[in-house]
Amino acid sequence: MATLIIASITKVVLNFHGSYKQTNMDRRDFLRALALTGLATTVKPSEAFDLLMQTSENTATKQAYDMVAVMGGEPEIMFRHAIKEMGGMGKFVKKGQKVAIKPNIGWDKIPEMAGNTNPKLVAEVVKQCFAAGAKEVVVFDHSCDDWRKCYKNSGIEEAAKMAGAKVVPAHEESYYRTISLPLAKKLKTAKVHQAILDSDVWINIPILKNHGGAKMTISMKNMMGIVWDRGYFHENDLQQCIADICTLQKRPVLNVVDAYRVMKSNGPRGRSVSDVVLAKGLFISQDMVAVDTAAVKFFNQITNMPLEQVEHIANASKLKVGSMNLDKMNIKRIKL
Amino acid sequence: MLRKTRISAALIMLFLITFYFVDFAGLLPFKTQLLTTIQFVPALLAVNIGVIIFLLLLTLLFGRVYCSVICPLGIWQDVVEYMAKLFNKRKKYKFLPAKNILRYGLLAATIVVFFFGFTFLLSLLEPYSIYGRIASNIFRPVYLEGNNLLADILGRFNNYSLYIMEVAIRSMLSFIVALLSLVIISFLGYKYGRLYCNTICPVGSLLGLVSKFSLFKIQINENACNSCGACATKCKASCINSKEHKIDYSRCVTCFNCLPVCKQKALKFTYSFSSNKKESEHNDSRRTFIAITGAGLVTFPIAKAQDTVALLSNKKAYKQQHPLSPPGSVSAEHLQNHCTACHLCVSRCPSHILKPAFTEYGLSGMMQPMMNFDKGFCNYDCTVCSHTCPNGAILPLTKEEKHLTQMGRVVYTMKNCIVYTDNTDCGACSEHCPTQAVMMKPYKDGLTIPSVNPDICVGCGGCEYVCPAEPKAINVEGNVIHQKAKPFVEEKGKKVEIDNFGF
Repeated sequence: MATLIIASITKVVLNFHGSYKQTNMDRRDFLRALALTGLATTVKPSEAFDLLMQTSENTATKQAYDMVAVMGGEPEIMFRHAIKEMGGMGKFVKKGQKVAIKPNIGWDKIPEMAGNTNPKLVAEVVKQCFAAGAKEVVVFDHSCDDWRKCYKNSGIEEAAKMAGAKVVPAHEESYYRTISLPLAKKLKTAKVHQAILDSDVWINIPILKNHGGAKMTISMKNMMGIVWDRGYFHENDLQQCIADICTLQKRPVLNVVDAYRVMKSNGPRGRSVSDVVLAKGLFISQDMVAVDTAAVKFFNQITNMPLEQVEHIANASKLKVGSMNLDKMNIKRIKL
Repeated sequence: MLRKTRISAALIMLFLITFYFVDFAGLLPFKTQLLTTIQFVPALLAVNIGVIIFLLLLTLLFGRVYCSVICPLGIWQDVVEYMAKLFNKRKKYKFLPAKNILRYGLLAATIVVFFFGFTFLLSLLEPYSIYGRIASNIFRPVYLEGNNLLADILGRFNNYSLYIMEVAIRSMLSFIVALLSLVIISFLGYKYGRLYCNTICPVGSLLGLVSKFSLFKIQINENACNSCGACATKCKASCINSKEHKIDYSRCVTCFNCLPVCKQKALKFTYSFSSNKKESEHNDSRRTFIAITGAGLVTFPIAKAQDTVALLSNKKAYKQQHPLSPPGSVSAEHLQNHCTACHLCVSRCPSHILKPAFTEYGLSGMMQPMMNFDKGFCNYDCTVCSHTCPNGAILPLTKEEKHLTQMGRVVYTMKNCIVYTDNTDCGACSEHCPTQAVMMKPYKDGLTIPSVNPDICVGCGGCEYVCPAEPKAINVEGNVIHQKAKPFVEEKGKKVEIDNFGF
């Protein structure tokens, strides 16, 4: 049995790396396979086997998950597991497409402070987009702090560029174009960044944080960073406007919630590392209402946060952006 | 050879200083800062004794090299003067008597007024600061416009290696003063060479007193000289009296333009003991003097129509009593006594929040930097302005010192707050607060409302900048003397272990 597991895992790793246009197993792959094998053998055998069995079952039946939740790994490893379960990046990004990626790069903070999306996760998503055949990947955020400092100190600019993405500015109004939101209640029009509008598909990569104003910032609150005039949101019922921007026709094809380091208090900016908890979670879904609902429930284990208080989630559900009913969903949970 | 060395050194100097002022992208290394710290008045105000001794020794040895190679305004006039010669090949200078009453009078007046606490006159006349204002208020916007044009063109080709910068005139007063200085001084340079340096400039006058006694000077060999006057026609300082074979060393800026034109080889830059002391007193340049002082007067009548009328009777805009002076400036008084408004900090501030004051600091503090939160707020970790000031008006701070430097204190006006007036969530202020001096506290119906703790506030202005209410519900009141902010108390969180998804 053990040899079977090792063989399958090695195969999985090799298959996965096939997308990197590599045919031979290099040293890194070998080590990775070894590490995974080690993991598989130390974890309770039943769980590891369960993981493998389900994987094959899923690919065999082509049954899609609504959400995949992963716990207990490094950001990029968790994402690899999650995207595989979702059917691979190729399901969301097609060959030759222009992809926009919107992490949270709002603050002049280093990764350890959990103010911004984990750079390793962003880099991994970029890599996978290219592996799926993307022609171009563009990364941006409308930062709150000085954007140059945010891009640099978050580590995202460097990580994304290393992975081959183009990191574009978003600090000037001329980078935004007005679109209308016919389904919205209060935010009838918004100026949205051209990187989103000009892309074929886009991916939303928020970080899970406590938020003084909106209570929580996850996928939906992260949408505020594609908009020029954030003041309008605060002025005109923040919780409704957040839901409104999520009615944008061009929804993200994927929402990847980074809950590796979670800011449990004093968010969204945070004061010190005492606001940060190493939670090692990651949730992905096409439905941002669902993924935000799940993320709030996850967060509630750290700091008390009743779902009703995060009003924009219910507001978006009313606008049929997505569903809050996790019980009716096909959710894959993986513990590494 | 001497002349060519002078020209090369001067051009490098001018280029670097100017570029340092306009360089928003940080292409130049921070060491370029050194070029501003070796300027005379900044060194004097910062009590930078090493630099002062160096500059005085330099002058005592070789004359006013400072005016030719170090002072950017001096070099700028040379550039203009060079252009004048391109347009008018036959441009000639002639010896003019020194305007001693005017120049020493102005020097004395500047010093006296400065010691009475009125720095404004020094700011208006001091050459480095004049050039700084020109670079900051005029050259910089031009450079930014150029950048934006290029960035826009590249953007059309999907290339974002350059980015757009907002171009705005931060202060009308400073812009007008800078523009008038540029026009007047360039005109004087075009027409009369170094007239400004030898009649108005307090640094020129002061160094002139020293350069009379300098060790190396341009000497006229009376035996070789045939009094042809060629040297005098090239002297932009109008200080060579070829008929009497005399040079007014207090006005000579050691440009060496006279050396190569002397066919008799009668001019030499050599070691000397003796010095000429005979000077005449004439006063025929009233026009230029009137022009310069006029610059100051024209700029006064600038209206400020900004009082926002509150739409609702119960809402009232907060009226700031004192402006916030930059972090490291210690107090408004310290800033006022040391700043000559060169606007280097205004140019270098990455958040673009330093703005030249109008009368917020009082008349004497006009054009000095104050913090303004219309376009941004002070980055919590940033200490750029404190390390950038050559005058010691803004003293260096470490990041840790900055975190506890309170430039101002937060003031919350609940009546104007969105949460209070609209009963909706907002919290933009608290979001931006680095110390949570503005914290969201439970209010009603699950809403949260700002609650302030001014003791831990540093006065960064994040809350004021971002507050969407009209008029603003949160403002920062300046500390006339900067205080030490109390460090915020970190919550001792229990160690959290999460094993489940929770859903």
